[in-house]
Amino acid sequence: MSSETQKILTTDGIPLEVSLKKVERKNKLKAFLLVAPLLFFLLIVYISPIIGMLFNSVDDRMVTKALPKTFIAMEKWDGKELPSEEVFEAFYIDFQKLIEEEREGKLSTQLNYEKNGFKSIIKKLRRKSKSFEEGNYKEQIMAVHERWADVEYWRAIKRRAPSYSYSKYLKGVDMYQNEEGKFVQVEEDRRIYKKLWVRTLKIAFYVTLFCFLMAYPIAHLLATLPMKFSNLLMICVLLPFWTSLLVRTASWMILLQQQGVVNDFLVWIGLVADDERLVMMYNETGTYIAMTQILLPFMVLPLYSVMKTISPSLVRAGKSLGGTPFITFWKVYFPLTIPGIGAGSLLVFILAIGYYITPELVGGASGTLISNMIAYHMKSTLDWSFASAMGLMLLAGVLAIYWVYNKLVGIDNIKLG
Amino acid sequence: MALPKYTEPHYRIWHYVYLFICGCVFFFLIAPLFVIFPLSFNAEEFLVITDGMKRLDPDAFSLRWYKDMVYGTKNPWGLAAKNSFFIAIFATIGAVILGTVAALGLSSRYMPYKGIIMATLISPMIVPLIISGVAIFFFMAKAGLAATHTGIVLAHIILGTPFVVITVTATLSGFDHSVTRAAASLGSNPVNTFMKITLPLILPGVISGALFAFVTSFDEVVIVLFLAGLDNTTIPVQMWTGLREQLSPTILSVATCLILLSTLVLVAAELLRRRSERIRGINR
Repeated sequence: MSSETQKILTTDGIPLEVSLKKVERKNKLKAFLLVAPLLFFLLIVYISPIIGMLFNSVDDRMVTKALPKTFIAMEKWDGKELPSEEVFEAFYIDFQKLIEEEREGKLSTQLNYEKNGFKSIIKKLRRKSKSFEEGNYKEQIMAVHERWADVEYWRAIKRRAPSYSYSKYLKGVDMYQNEEGKFVQVEEDRRIYKKLWVRTLKIAFYVTLFCFLMAYPIAHLLATLPMKFSNLLMICVLLPFWTSLLVRTASWMILLQQQGVVNDFLVWIGLVADDERLVMMYNETGTYIAMTQILLPFMVLPLYSVMKTISPSLVRAGKSLGGTPFITFWKVYFPLTIPGIGAGSLLVFILAIGYYITPELVGGASGTLISNMIAYHMKSTLDWSFASAMGLMLLAGVLAIYWVYNKLVGIDNIKLG
Repeated sequence: MALPKYTEPHYRIWHYVYLFICGCVFFFLIAPLFVIFPLSFNAEEFLVITDGMKRLDPDAFSLRWYKDMVYGTKNPWGLAAKNSFFIAIFATIGAVILGTVAALGLSSRYMPYKGIIMATLISPMIVPLIISGVAIFFFMAKAGLAATHTGIVLAHIILGTPFVVITVTATLSGFDHSVTRAAASLGSNPVNTFMKITLPLILPGVISGALFAFVTSFDEVVIVLFLAGLDNTTIPVQMWTGLREQLSPTILSVATCLILLSTLVLVAAELLRRRSERIRGINR
């Protein structure tokens, strides 16, 4: 456009361009104001506490604040031999203050996370320290219990000096940072979390696979049958989908127990002897069976909605060009269903990886997942920062899959029912 | 899908195998639900099908567990049902209002940062429940709302809104915006246009979103376990406790009632889906 062209003006003399931009801004603002209430509600009540978990998981100020003098005295200590009298004295002063404020229990819980065995020696120290004499605290504290004379325990205290630490994340993968600052794995018999992560991934993977294998044929049947039959069969998919999760878990508990219907049936047809009834519950098997059935509708529905859009004439064309039914299926039909497979698999995998209720009820010790461990630390050990760290590690994984899902399927394309 | 006459024998066999596999999968999906019915009428205290039940002996069946559910001494189900309905109804109302309004904004073609905002609004559906539970618990504890109905209702609004946003946005995708412009040109104000024109047209989407939100809240147990005190116990929490401690047939009576309820919801959702498809079909 040359500069000679006159700008188009509206009736009140403002250039049209400016006027249009103003209207667009107004419309944008209007749209945003409609979304704003929900957006801010979620940001305050939901997103900010999740971000707060990030803070919780690295926050280690409790111990730092509990033993201020000790940590100052420890700065000069190289950690090789037992600390000097100075450190012991500072520790004694800090500890007396804690007893006055009745906070030594919290300290012992925290230190016990770091190294087992702190709880009892702190209790003992509290009792004995009442009759301590002034001076030579090193001798007196070491006399309370042999572990107080063990340099390992003092190193464990020193490790808790920083206000922020990522030790909880390391603990989540069975590692810790030793005195030289190297990352090392914990002893073999105490590696529990890595095993749990692997198991969670394994169970989520197999549940997804089983769901796919079972959902594919029935989604195909539903998509190809005449409407009046498929509507009827669709109920078999939708009724479990709408039924309470606990009801479905309860029904599996009844079916799978040793005196349950499945075992009764197997004994009746003679496959299993009466005194050798299968143990299908409170172990991995129970988790697999129940989770597969519960998550199956989430695989069937996306597959069905994709298959519904595939024209049957494509398969007929393939056959008329000389393809056998199997080749036609493999070369023509199957590739067209891949978007549905992707959507369903990712959905089931995301749901399976964070499952809590069903594994807790039918999983026993060998069938529980990472979520159960998070709940355990939230409720039983009350190690909330560790629970937060584990939760965020799980969340990072789920968000990564979600991102892939969004790229592949698009989040606006989620269909319900 | 009948096979054409010229089908070769081995494909014919394969076809029947395929139908058989499908039958097994349908059985696997639906049969577990039906185990609950006979056992909830059990006269005995065990959760097994007794010999009497196999012989269809009338004495082996009874309504005692249903009576126990309603009239039992110190029974928790009455309070739990009251709480469940209270929480679910208020959570649904909250989720529907927030979700519908947000969906209206999201469907506008002027909406800035649509992708990231949509992802944020949907996130409660994607984030594992246990993590939502931990996060919401931290918030409610700080806000002094732990162990209150308000806290649980707020938490369930969070979980319910993604469903409303998704269903209403889907309904709005086939929505003809010229009708609202027509209303505006005839002198209607925006609120009036929404109530008289937009809302009736998107109502099927709103109601099906409401159904999802209601069922989500009614069935939710993880977050309630974190938040609830003794006074806020709900049906799922009672079932959870029951299933963990002692599996009594009363639970199965409750489960039967819940299955009947979900059948009602299913029928309602199906009717709505068809109606919504019809309305959108006309608009196209």
